[in-house]
Amino acid sequence: MTRYVRRFSRTERTLHWVNALGFLTLLGSGLILYLPRLSILVGRRPVVKDIHFWSGIGWVSALALVALLGDRRGLLRMARELDGFERDDIRWLKRIRPAPQGRFNAGQKLNAALNAAFLVLFLLSGLLLFFGERDTRFRFASTVVLHDGLTFAATALLVGHLYLSLIHPATRHALRGMTVGTVSEDWARAHHGRWTPPPAE
Amino acid sequence: MSVDAPAEPPQPQPRRYGRGVFLATVLGGASSLFWGKSVWGHISSVTNAIPLVPHGGWRIYTVSGSMPTFDRATWRLEIGGLVDKPLSFSYAELRALPRTTQISTFHCVTGWTVPDVHWAGVRLSDIIAQAQPQFDAHALQFVSAERPYVDSLTLQQASLHDVMLAYEMNHKPLAREHGAPVRLVIPEMYGYKNVKWLERINLVPQAEDGYWELLGYDRDAWVGRSNGYTS
Repeated sequence: MTRYVRRFSRTERTLHWVNALGFLTLLGSGLILYLPRLSILVGRRPVVKDIHFWSGIGWVSALALVALLGDRRGLLRMARELDGFERDDIRWLKRIRPAPQGRFNAGQKLNAALNAAFLVLFLLSGLLLFFGERDTRFRFASTVVLHDGLTFAATALLVGHLYLSLIHPATRHALRGMTVGTVSEDWARAHHGRWTPPPAE
Repeated sequence: MSVDAPAEPPQPQPRRYGRGVFLATVLGGASSLFWGKSVWGHISSVTNAIPLVPHGGWRIYTVSGSMPTFDRATWRLEIGGLVDKPLSFSYAELRALPRTTQISTFHCVTGWTVPDVHWAGVRLSDIIAQAQPQFDAHALQFVSAERPYVDSLTLQQASLHDVMLAYEMNHKPLAREHGAPVRLVIPEMYGYKNVKWLERINLVPQAEDGYWELLGYDRDAWVGRSNGYTS
């Protein structure tokens, strides 16, 4: 019988899926605004613009709401885990093995830091685009370059993330951790050797 | 009171690289507001080769629910208002007028530019002269088939030698998304003055605010010298 251990709390999973849903909505509506072929196909630019803007506001608000109403202490603990790089994390990034990993491996820590930064920058450049359309004081020649560049960078990270979580045979078991919350004990030991999972319930 | 159990067995103090990466990315990204465009100019020649990226840097901006459709049989360009000789051209008649061409850079006020666009069309000042403006006409109002888009130029601005009514872009008839069949081209000014889907030009006493100007953009939209930009 496979024994399972808990990897992600309900708050962590909610945060992840709210983030994913918000990002995909923004990516979809953003691509309609950005790619000429989609712009032509869909039309209704003012409506798509509104959808994109309010999805952005909704994305950030929903994340804040989850953090506020969820297990705040747990999220702080998670942030500390993501922030701290042990000696083995550096070895892992340099592809030196063995390099047993904690609950998050070093790649996941980098991914989290980058995505958090992208969120801040998406919000900043998005608000500048919105208000710049209404007031020259908020207008910068490079706002649109920043917003587009972020889209490319974030989409590249997403593609890698989807490959590892859905396709790559060695890692795709991790998806279970983000859906039902648990992963098999054997898999945890193999991929996250430095992590001491909480006792099974 | 619950006490947090140490998550890991003691190792040397972990390095706080996570917040470092976060802060460096946020600061680097925010600072790009001041250098991003010049750097992007250098790498966009590379990204233009990627099929997913908008070809040639165009983005299609519209203000209404759908783009106007061009019907060759019924389309007309009307020139009226304060003129002695109101004019009306069919598409064929417009194409039969003396043709002029130019290669110029198209600047959008939001920051993107498209270099070396080849335009062909009719010089605006030629058409206006034909209509014989009355003495109290000092500006032109351009009406787009995309309601409620309008914009205007003073007669002086409209008489710049490269202001044209373009019916070809890059050696092809103007595509629907670029304002088919005819758009205004005034390369000295930002794109929002370059009215697409042009269907009527009115000679008026003075220039008035157009669609974007009512939302706060400058009426005199000189590239690099308006809308908060200096160059």
